[in-house]
Amino acid sequence: MSDLAREEQWSAWMRAAIGGDAQAYHRFLTSVTPHLRVMARRRCAQFGAPASEAEDVVQEVLLSIHLKRGTWDPSRPIAPWISIMIRNKLIDSLRRRGRHVDVPLEDVMAVLEIDDQSQTQERLDVDRILKTLKEPQRTIVQAISVEGSSVRETAGRVNMTEGAVRVALHRALKALSLTYRSQ
Amino acid sequence: MKTDELINMLSEDSTVRFRLGHALTLAFVAAILLAGTLFFALMGFRPDIETALTSLRFVFKLLVTIVFFLVAANLMVRIGRPGVRVLPWELALLLVPVLMTVSVLAELAVLPAGDWAAQMIGHNAHECLSLIPLLSTGPLAAFILALRQSAPENPGRAGAVAGLAAGGIAAAFYASNCTDDSPLFVALWYTVAIGIVTGAGYLAGRRWLAW
Repeated sequence: MSDLAREEQWSAWMRAAIGGDAQAYHRFLTSVTPHLRVMARRRCAQFGAPASEAEDVVQEVLLSIHLKRGTWDPSRPIAPWISIMIRNKLIDSLRRRGRHVDVPLEDVMAVLEIDDQSQTQERLDVDRILKTLKEPQRTIVQAISVEGSSVRETAGRVNMTEGAVRVALHRALKALSLTYRSQ
Repeated sequence: MKTDELINMLSEDSTVRFRLGHALTLAFVAAILLAGTLFFALMGFRPDIETALTSLRFVFKLLVTIVFFLVAANLMVRIGRPGVRVLPWELALLLVPVLMTVSVLAELAVLPAGDWAAQMIGHNAHECLSLIPLLSTGPLAAFILALRQSAPENPGRAGAVAGLAAGGIAAAFYASNCTDDSPLFVALWYTVAIGIVTGAGYLAGRRWLAW
C-alpha cells in the first residue's frame, strides 16, 4: 500500500472511530501496531534490552494514542500527528524504563512506511496493573479484552447498562495509564 | 495481556467524549465569565472611562493587553496538538514586547526626564500586582483543566502558555480600571504581574498536564 493511500485509510478509520465506530477503530489500531512494534524493537535492540520489553512499550504507546486521540483535528492529515505521538511516547516509555533515548522524527516517519507481519506477544505490565482492578471492572475488562466481547454483550452478562460498562471500561484504561505514569 | 487484547479493549472505548477543541471553547467562555464577574464585583471600569477612551495612552494600553491575550490564546489552542506548528505564534508573541518598546520610547521622548520615575512607579502598583493575578485565577484554572485533554510535548511550557493567556484576560480587564496609563507603568508592572501568572501556569502545567 502506498504511503498516501495508507494515510488516507488511517484518517478515514480514525474519523469513523471518533464518531463511535468500534470496528473502524479496531482496524486502525491493528494497522498502526506493527509499525509501532518495529520502532520499539529497534530502540530496545539499541540498548540491548530484551525484545519482549518492546511489547510493553508498544502497549503503553497504544494506550497514550488512545487517551489522546481527541487532540487530532480530523480536518488535518493524520501522519504528522501520529508520528509525533509515537515519538514522544516512545521516548517517555523507554526513559521510564531507564533508557535514555532521542528518537529522530525522520526515523518514525520512515518506519511508518514499513509493513511488518510479526506476531504479537503476551506481556506482563498490563496484567499486573489489571490485577489491581475491582469487580465488576475486572470481569468487564476480561470479557472485552480476552474474549473480544462488545460493550453490549458485556452489559448483558454483568447486568449493567451499556453506559455503565462504557464508563467502567474507560476508567480501567485511565487507571492503566496512571499506573504507567507513576512507575 | 496480548497487544491484540489491549486493542480489543481500546476499540470498545472508541467514542471520544471530550474533544480538545470543545474543551478549549468551553474554557474560553468560562474564563471570560469568571474574570468578568470578579472584575465587576470588585472594581468595574474607572469612573472617567469615557474621557479615558479619548486618551491615546489609555486606548493603547487596552489594545496591547487585548492583542497580547489574542496571540497567547492562539498559541494555547495549538500547543497541545501534536503535529501542529506553534512557531509562527511563538514569534507573534514577540509583537507585544516590540509594541511596548516603541510606546516606552515614545513616552520617554515626550516626557521630561524628571517625570519618568514618577510615571513608572504610578499610583496603583500594588493593585496591579495583586489584582491581575487574582483576576487570572479562574481563567488559569479553566485553561489548565481544558489542556488536560491535550498532549503537550512539554507540560510546563504548555502551562506557562495557559498562564500567559490567563494573564492576558486579567490584564485586559484590569487595564480598564487602572488609572495609570503611562507605557512606563504598563511595561514594568503589567509585565511583572503577568510574569507571576505565567510562573504559576508553568508549575500547574508540570503538575497537571503531564500525560
